[in-house]
Amino acid sequence: MLATGVVGAVEDPWIRWSWISGHVPVIRDALTQHIELTVIAVVVGLLIAIPLGLLAWRQRLLRGPIFSVTGILFTIPSLALFAILIPFTGLTVLTAEIGLVSYTLLILIRNIVVGMDAVPPDVREAARGMGYRPLVELFQVDLPLAVPAIMAGIRIATVTTIGLVTVTALIGEGGLGSLILDGLIRDFKTPLVVGTVLSVGLAIVADISLSGLQRLVTPWSRGRFTG
Amino acid sequence: MNFIGQVLQWFLDGSHWQGDFGIPNRLFEHVTMSVESLAAAALIALPVGVTLGHIGRGGNLAINVSNVGRAVPSFALLVIAVQLVGIGFWPAFIALVALGIPPIVTNSYIGMREVDADVREAAKGMGMRDRAILWQIELPIATPLIMAGVRTSAVNIVATATLAALVAWGGLGRFIVDGLAQRDTVQLFAGALLVALLSIAVELSLTGLQRITTPIGIRIETSTQEVRSTTLSTA
Repeated sequence: MLATGVVGAVEDPWIRWSWISGHVPVIRDALTQHIELTVIAVVVGLLIAIPLGLLAWRQRLLRGPIFSVTGILFTIPSLALFAILIPFTGLTVLTAEIGLVSYTLLILIRNIVVGMDAVPPDVREAARGMGYRPLVELFQVDLPLAVPAIMAGIRIATVTTIGLVTVTALIGEGGLGSLILDGLIRDFKTPLVVGTVLSVGLAIVADISLSGLQRLVTPWSRGRFTG
Repeated sequence: MNFIGQVLQWFLDGSHWQGDFGIPNRLFEHVTMSVESLAAAALIALPVGVTLGHIGRGGNLAINVSNVGRAVPSFALLVIAVQLVGIGFWPAFIALVALGIPPIVTNSYIGMREVDADVREAAKGMGMRDRAILWQIELPIATPLIMAGVRTSAVNIVATATLAALVAWGGLGRFIVDGLAQRDTVQLFAGALLVALLSIAVELSLTGLQRITTPIGIRIETSTQEVRSTTLSTA
């Protein structure tokens, strides 16, 4: 995959700049794939988590089972979850995404339920008194008030997913994880350092951007709730 | 023969249950490695988190260490450790300890800070000394959150110990890594099942332990408590 291995008696430094400048396209592709895998996982996770979260919030009886199932998915180590899927879905992006989405569910659903539970009963009462219908109340009163908690969930899910994507290198995907794996296989520090630094950097940038987005969509909480 | 049948046969094969490469020894390696790493992580993290929480300083540090910890991929941590100390037991141990520290620091800090100021004040008014307040008031009240941190670390460590097989250490991850390398989906799947079962067992038993170690006077609904610790650790 990557051609210029550094072998021999020369001490391997943590960073070999010549390798980086010679591998810009490889690094860029890895970064792009990393972002794609993460975005798909979080968006699909959210699409599944919102209805399930609202269900868990409304139907107390379903709360236990929903938390148990997503909790078990969350507990299974990533490599094991991928390995369980491989006999059925092979070494594919689908395998990686099913695994990654599974991990976002518990985090997202938990925060949705916490956020919705935290809406003050007075506010809900007032909305009802003003003649809001249940569905309108849900979208115009409850959900907006739960946004800070939901966004906090999205932030944790995103940062966690960015870390987990590196493990998918072991099943042939990986984004930046493929650079880390390359560093391990060839005992060569530069790709390892590049992969790690970019992955951590990506997580930080994503976290900061999402917290900015949160401020943008909840203007009323500006200066008070910093997430 | 169908796939599930092959997996079943793998488990029934006596040779997979004996010797250094057998399931019992791999399980033993996995558990020992995890327990040693968790103990080392707790030994480092508990004094730091509890002290910071007790004196009420370094809150940003105590909380951000978890955020940073979450951003560093455990896979990267493991490979970096290999570059530092070579392959085998040590890189896995170092990576697992590093992974285990942040949740314990953060949760023990928050647990100590969450102790009601009035309670602390009352203890002082009753003439309790600083040390007695720490041991008899703050620590018992903070126990559920501290245990939640230890649990999070334990589950993360057991999960990541699976990757130790990549750096030439054993553990149950061996079956998965070898299965991948040999394109042996039966071994791969069987190993994954073992790892999944172990992780779930650890999670469940630690949840039980957390409940037992919570002083009766402050027991609250567990789900609220968990939710509180997760949302707080991201504050």
